[in-house]
Amino acid sequence: MCKGNYPHGRHAPNSGLAPEWAIIAGFNRCTHKALTVIVFDQVQKSYQVEGRAIPALHPTDMTIETGEVFGIVGHSGAGKSTLVRLINLLEPPSGGRILIDDENITHYSASELRAFRRKVGMIFQHFNLLSSKTVADNIAFPMKLAGIYSKAEIRDRVQELLARVSLSDHANKYPSQLSGGQKQRVGIARALACRPTILLCDEATSALDPQTTQSVLKLLADINRELGLTIVLITHEMDVVRRVCDRVAVMDAGRVVEMGPVSEVFLHPQHPTTRDFVFESESIDSAEMQEDLQKAKGRIMRLTFKGDATYKPLLGSVARESGVDFSILSGRIDHIKDTPYGQLTLSLVGGDLDVAMSALKAADVHVEVLR
Amino acid sequence: MEALMDGLLSNVDWSEIGLASWDTLIMVGMSLLFSVLIGLPIGVLLFLTGKRQLLEQPAAYAVLSFVVNVLRSVPFIILLIVMIPFTVMLIGTSLGVAGAIPPLVAGGAPFFARLVETSLREVDRGIIEATQAMGASVKQIVFGALLPEALPGIIAGITVTAITLVSYAAMSGVIGGGGLGDLAIRFGYQRFQTDVMVITVALLVIFVQVLQMLGDRLVLHFSRK
Repeated sequence: MCKGNYPHGRHAPNSGLAPEWAIIAGFNRCTHKALTVIVFDQVQKSYQVEGRAIPALHPTDMTIETGEVFGIVGHSGAGKSTLVRLINLLEPPSGGRILIDDENITHYSASELRAFRRKVGMIFQHFNLLSSKTVADNIAFPMKLAGIYSKAEIRDRVQELLARVSLSDHANKYPSQLSGGQKQRVGIARALACRPTILLCDEATSALDPQTTQSVLKLLADINRELGLTIVLITHEMDVVRRVCDRVAVMDAGRVVEMGPVSEVFLHPQHPTTRDFVFESESIDSAEMQEDLQKAKGRIMRLTFKGDATYKPLLGSVARESGVDFSILSGRIDHIKDTPYGQLTLSLVGGDLDVAMSALKAADVHVEVLR
Repeated sequence: MEALMDGLLSNVDWSEIGLASWDTLIMVGMSLLFSVLIGLPIGVLLFLTGKRQLLEQPAAYAVLSFVVNVLRSVPFIILLIVMIPFTVMLIGTSLGVAGAIPPLVAGGAPFFARLVETSLREVDRGIIEATQAMGASVKQIVFGALLPEALPGIIAGITVTAITLVSYAAMSGVIGGGGLGDLAIRFGYQRFQTDVMVITVALLVIFVQVLQMLGDRLVLHFSRK
């Protein structure tokens, strides 16, 4: 089953196929619903240090949907590494249930767990390629470990993957002969070898320069689109989340403090930690910003445009209609994944503020009054 | 010239030297083979049962580690003598080339086991984690990832063990072990034949040099870093 090429579109949710690992593990049951929903039900993790339990993850509820790119952002030590390792049980939880397609994986036997892990690819900050194997052998390694693929199948799949990550010319090189970006592409190809339904990315771009980060993120986004596989990505850079993620969880001190669609969390951060991350990614110095706002006259508002509203010539017409004068204190136009957005902080003087406000709201602009 | 050589090396019986060299080669070769065969699995077990490793087993680690330490802390010359009854039981004699091999292995295997353990610890933990994440069993991790990754280190360990065994093999001459060491003791030391002593020492030095060079070449060949 499922040995042909991936279809060039999302997996149909009702394809009638159970994930391969479920069959290997003896659970052929999800025949009519979407693949690979990850559910955390009061999952917690603590480490025993000198007889005391140090919590790394407080009881957490979380659902990661099929085919989404889910970001987990947090400072080092916030527990995001632990959280991602709970999904493939590299870290066994201290309590709670982890459900993958309604199957509680925390009860898996050793062999069931191994079969399950083959369907969960993982890439790492430091790539973790085997230095003793060539690029091609690294990619073939998980297939060989699985022991269910023929030599021809492995060879063909490796060729296909090498082409997919644009490394066909480097098949016989050793990892030490590659650049960081190339190594991570080998890591991605290796993670995809057994056709996983979930891809875990552990700070996958943190050791790469900005340009290489871009290309690796683009590759991940393309793979997510083409194969419809669920990607869980941990990072300490909000920018990575903004580029590729659909939803994001913000972690602080072993807790998920904020979770939601990236546009929501990014444009309207609630928790102080989230705000720090957003400011950091926009290189805003909050003290400096406060100072700027102090000097400005009149009403201060933050306008958030999303989607098509970003490109509308709105401010001029609002100013004319309401007679309000405005000056721009700060602003930025960018993309959240594929959605354009703009955010402007304005000070407004004179005219009819109410008219201006309602005109903006009518045009689908989110208005926040800061002062 | 020939006369000078004969005069200088009057006591040297070249056929005797040749035979002794061959015996040393056999003793080192055989004991190295068994040291690797026994030491490698012990080294892997030491690594796996160690703290925060795949098969963490404090009790098993403590026992293994203790045995290895005991064998390594006994001076080899003492080990040679202590091993005599055991050697007789095992192969019928404690003399000659065959009689020297069991004590050589008893000295070489634990030494090599520690070197294996150390080189396995040098393997990046991330590689073990990545292999685990692929769904590998412990056996697959050991044979598929750990040993190939540690191969250069293990080869360096084999080289060091081989060189240690050359000196151990020479020492075994004291209890009638045969080889160049035996020759050096019987002729060079007991009969004051300095020329025989010089030749045996020179041959041992050459032997060690060749082993080291060979080992270094192999390490280089298998290093991919």
